[in-house]
Amino acid sequence: MKQVFSRPQSLSKKPFHYCPGCDHGVVHRLIAEVIDELEIKDRTIGVAPVGCSVFAYDYFDLDFNQAAHGRAPAVATGIKRVRPESIVFTYQGDGDLAAIGTAEIIHAANRGENITVVFINNAIYGMTGGQMAPTTLIGMKTQTSPYGRDASTAGNPIHMSEIIATLESPAYVTRVTVNNPANLMKTKKAIYNAFKLQKEGKGFSFVEVVSICPTNWGKKPVDSHKWLTENMLPVFKLGTFKDTHGVEKS
Amino acid sequence: MAEKVLMKGNEAIGEAAVRAGCRYYFGYPITPQSELPAYLSKRLPEVEGVFVQAESEVAAINMVYGAGSAGARVMTSSSSPGVSLKQEGISYIAGAEIPCLLVNVVRGGPGLGNIAPAQSDYWQATRGGGHGDYRTLVLAPNSVQEMADMTVAGFEFADRFRNPVLLLSDGVLGQMMEPVTLPDPIDYDVNSKKWALGYKGKDKSERNLCTSIFLDVDELEEHNWHLYQKYQVMTDLFSKGEYKDFAVEEHLCDDAEIILVGYGIISRILKTVVEKCRKRGIKAGLVRPKVLWPFPSQVFERLQQTTNNFLVVEMSCGQMVEDVKLAVNGKKPVYFFGRTGGTIPSDFEILNEVDKIVRPD
Repeated sequence: MKQVFSRPQSLSKKPFHYCPGCDHGVVHRLIAEVIDELEIKDRTIGVAPVGCSVFAYDYFDLDFNQAAHGRAPAVATGIKRVRPESIVFTYQGDGDLAAIGTAEIIHAANRGENITVVFINNAIYGMTGGQMAPTTLIGMKTQTSPYGRDASTAGNPIHMSEIIATLESPAYVTRVTVNNPANLMKTKKAIYNAFKLQKEGKGFSFVEVVSICPTNWGKKPVDSHKWLTENMLPVFKLGTFKDTHGVEKS
Repeated sequence: MAEKVLMKGNEAIGEAAVRAGCRYYFGYPITPQSELPAYLSKRLPEVEGVFVQAESEVAAINMVYGAGSAGARVMTSSSSPGVSLKQEGISYIAGAEIPCLLVNVVRGGPGLGNIAPAQSDYWQATRGGGHGDYRTLVLAPNSVQEMADMTVAGFEFADRFRNPVLLLSDGVLGQMMEPVTLPDPIDYDVNSKKWALGYKGKDKSERNLCTSIFLDVDELEEHNWHLYQKYQVMTDLFSKGEYKDFAVEEHLCDDAEIILVGYGIISRILKTVVEKCRKRGIKAGLVRPKVLWPFPSQVFERLQQTTNNFLVVEMSCGQMVEDVKLAVNGKKPVYFFGRTGGTIPSDFEILNEVDKIVRPD
């Protein structure tokens, strides 16, 4: 019998610890499939963040560094500069990338580091128990915005893809989601494009994945994706903001 | 044939680093260490190395963490306020056991303080500095020659112990020019560490991981004791083993009734004071710790048996004096004299202090 589905080589055999319904497992798998398809497993190095995906290194069967909160793009810079032949990616959440690590992501992007960043935006801090993130929606209730996020005191949701796309250096900046099978396939394509560009030495690539957090949103997984579609996507619009080398057309 | 040139201390560190096989520098501008990144920004491209001016000290130290993880000889430098910012990364680097060289050209603090020379980061340097139970090896040069020599030694120690090494200098040593015999260049192979990310040897394990997180309490305790045991090995090597003589300089201590203690630039002033004391009939000696952690306690344990007094002199309100007191353990009086804020004590001032102790009337 022909085998049509199996664990990607780039994933380890360790079961995911993520909450039921969480998108991390899905995105991990997409990254692993892309690494397998591009045949770069033996030279790919990951950088894990601080947040729910702090143990990402356990799930990928790849060399990994575990970075401090927000610093993954700086660590990736160091690795890539020493081993330019390696494929280096970071995997970061919204607290990590859009709050404490804002300087590191902006400047890695602006230097045009030849790395790939996968940014999981689920509008909340997961691991610490559901606090307000820089991407939390206006009015959204979290552990630290119990009355709902108020723009007058907590500002507005920050749009990292749009900000990074204003820079001249990045090669590819796109926002995707995995709320349904069609979008999941688009996400895989975006991740593929990002790694392919890096493999070709074309510069900094950034894939934002609008995601859910059923546990801290207090919603069932299916309801969470519905909520994401109705509430997050109008704020975080899907699309490609920068594609210097026209990778999406190729 | 070794090459002798006239150089600033900060530049000597840069050239010595290149000759020690360092090809990666990540830093952020701050006075009074700017000559070092300026030198390396010119020099590293000549040897196909990498110089990155980071967006902050925080980013710079994390680039060091990445480059060290990938097996390179890598360094960063800064001065006091910048080194405070680097402490987060240093803690991760120590936890993940990544070798690297850190340079602190110390200036006055706390806070923004000033840009004048100081020794007020001793506690930060020798007590770990960041969070968690860890140590960095701390080297304290007192000349431009030692800035170069200890840079080379620092990379070797870092690799040997898989530990960050801190070169603790100050604004005087960094800025002054002296003749220096430069070390011979060595070739360093970035593929020499089989634990490194991207290591390509045939003996590579299934995959390499550089991390400081051990969520399981038993695992972290085991890791903490593993680090502790490594620090004990280092302590033994620098107190009674291979590096015993590297760790400390003693000058005229055998018959000394008073022993002056100082590191870095202060030790050179103290040497003058010792000579002046001897001319005036006061038997003075000098102990200069060249390694500040592990602290050369054994020297003080021995000398307290033959001398009457210790006088510790620092450009701080008194930091290393605590280690001297711990080593002497109350058996002989330990006095302190310090100047701060960028003021360098004169030999005359120190002589007065000696007089107060030895000839109180």
